[in-house]
Amino acid sequence: MSEKAKSISSKKTSGQDERLKEVSKLRLLLNRPELGAVGGAILVFIFFGIVAGDTGMFSAYGTLNFLDVSANLGIIAIAAAMLMIGGEFDLSIGSMIGFAGICIAIPAIYWGWPLWVSIIFAFAMAVLVGYFNGILVVRTGLPSFIVTLAMLFILRGATLAITRLITGRTQVPGLRVLIENDPIAWMFATDTFKWLFTWLGSMNLIALRTDGTPLATGIPPSVIWFIAATLFATWILMKTRYGNWIFASGGDKNGATNVGVPVGRVKISLFIGTAVAATIFATIQVLDAGSADTMRGNLKELEAIAAAVVGGCLLTGGYGSAIGAAFGALIFGTVSMGIFYTDVDTDWFKVFLGAMMLIAVVFNNYIRKRVTESK
Amino acid sequence: MSENLIEFNNISKFFGKVIALKDVTMKLKKGEIMCLLGDNGAGKSTLIKTLAGVHKPDEGEIVIEGKKTVFDSPKDALDMGIGTVYQDLALVPLMSVTRNFFMGREPLKGPPFLKTFNIEKANQIAAERMGQIGIDVRDPSQAVGTMSGGERQCLAISRAIYFGAKVLVLDEPTSALGVHQASMVLKYVVKAASQGLAVILITHNVHHAYPVGNSFTVLNRGKSLGTFNKKDISREELLGMMAGGEELDKLEVELEEMNRLNS
Repeated sequence: MSEKAKSISSKKTSGQDERLKEVSKLRLLLNRPELGAVGGAILVFIFFGIVAGDTGMFSAYGTLNFLDVSANLGIIAIAAAMLMIGGEFDLSIGSMIGFAGICIAIPAIYWGWPLWVSIIFAFAMAVLVGYFNGILVVRTGLPSFIVTLAMLFILRGATLAITRLITGRTQVPGLRVLIENDPIAWMFATDTFKWLFTWLGSMNLIALRTDGTPLATGIPPSVIWFIAATLFATWILMKTRYGNWIFASGGDKNGATNVGVPVGRVKISLFIGTAVAATIFATIQVLDAGSADTMRGNLKELEAIAAAVVGGCLLTGGYGSAIGAAFGALIFGTVSMGIFYTDVDTDWFKVFLGAMMLIAVVFNNYIRKRVTESK
Repeated sequence: MSENLIEFNNISKFFGKVIALKDVTMKLKKGEIMCLLGDNGAGKSTLIKTLAGVHKPDEGEIVIEGKKTVFDSPKDALDMGIGTVYQDLALVPLMSVTRNFFMGREPLKGPPFLKTFNIEKANQIAAERMGQIGIDVRDPSQAVGTMSGGERQCLAISRAIYFGAKVLVLDEPTSALGVHQASMVLKYVVKAASQGLAVILITHNVHHAYPVGNSFTVLNRGKSLGTFNKKDISREELLGMMAGGEELDKLEVELEEMNRLNS
């Protein structure tokens, strides 16, 4: 009797299955962490398309402008997102940007090191700082919020103190002349696809300067790094064993440990990731500006975390995506630049940033409940 | 030559002055389900951790397939085929069935140094394994959070078996489950045993243990009150030994319900 009943009920469920599959594709899409950020980005573009469509915001020059801002934020947002998925925070990203900047500038200007050696030195320091953050969090078991908040002050203070001690100032200019012929600096300082823009200019498709060269000279290095970082991070999260370990470490530390995931090593490597991303950000900006500033990157860690949250990362870890963080950064970059093209006072940008984050957190919370609720 | 798959002979474990376990002896054959019964504080947790290689016994010996063995770490126990499923299951609700199933032991593909997680193969194995238990995962990429408690338990057990467990140690697999869910898990446990695994089922619920167990070991205050074959002992006697015969009447009702479901 019970066997019969079972077979009937199983038939019934398998009958429903076919229809459920149709629905589940939509559900699957709805359950993707980056959905909110992609939707938000589309809304932002529609908004500025209507409000600022004829102002030059979406000209080649204007587009590259907001892409550059988005890309810079995106590079650190993606690393912050991966760390958040791994269940930790890094509040020292902004300070690391300033620190990395002077790690490049002081050796190159004051100690006479070749620029490329200084850049490698900055990255080596980033690995050290990241490792130190990671080992401190893993060994002490303290919340990373506190540990990296301490690091935020330590790094910023050290940056200021060391710079003033060596240079007597808070800025180190004079880097621009060193970029040429450097074997590494071009990776952080060269616009790409220049031929395309020259060609577009010669066809009169994009705006030109008075001397006939195009106003937009090429794709800035930040954008290339940003795209590469998004692809790389997504590949790691979705396609590698290490990616699975990141989700597991953030989702349930004890469970992951019990089945043999090296949670400590995963977290340390993610802290190194955020410090290295901050250094990429710093290198691009320092070479672009030609100078290092001790205050560079101030508050960037919060923007990076905001972008990651808008991109669907849960503050509790174990959930999120790199593509989401990339779109989160795109939203912030687009709005921060786009606001100049509208009549709105730019002072309102931070209001928007905060509101966006609030909406995102509420939305993410709802998604998490959906994903974890029992049938 | 012993026909026992695993033997624990006179195992004792002390924590300082506290005697957590004293002279506990258990023997299991292939295909046998032994239920380890005991009320809270009876030493069940200590015994599980000793089985899983977390604690080293202070006295006594562990014999696996006739060979005396010492576990230096949980990994040792795992390598010897002791698969322990803890109460918290080591599952991440936000992660997919597949990603949970292979958590920490992901199958790889591709050239050296560029190996990637073979998610297609993992999906296929996970769906296949879950299908064998009768859990139809429509989509192995669905989050474990959407599964019922019983399904999660089965997933964790299935994972332990897939990764080579010969002896399954199940810590309170039915404690958080309703009657229906519990019977689903117990059915799976019986099936696993019938395929040649030895199962140690740790529980304080006699009604869940009695229908599936072949033998019963009762722990009380760190000591074994003995191991009994099913034919030698009744449910009521087991209950009496465990809890001192309290609340028998109330449990009688529950018991009948269980019987009805298992018929």
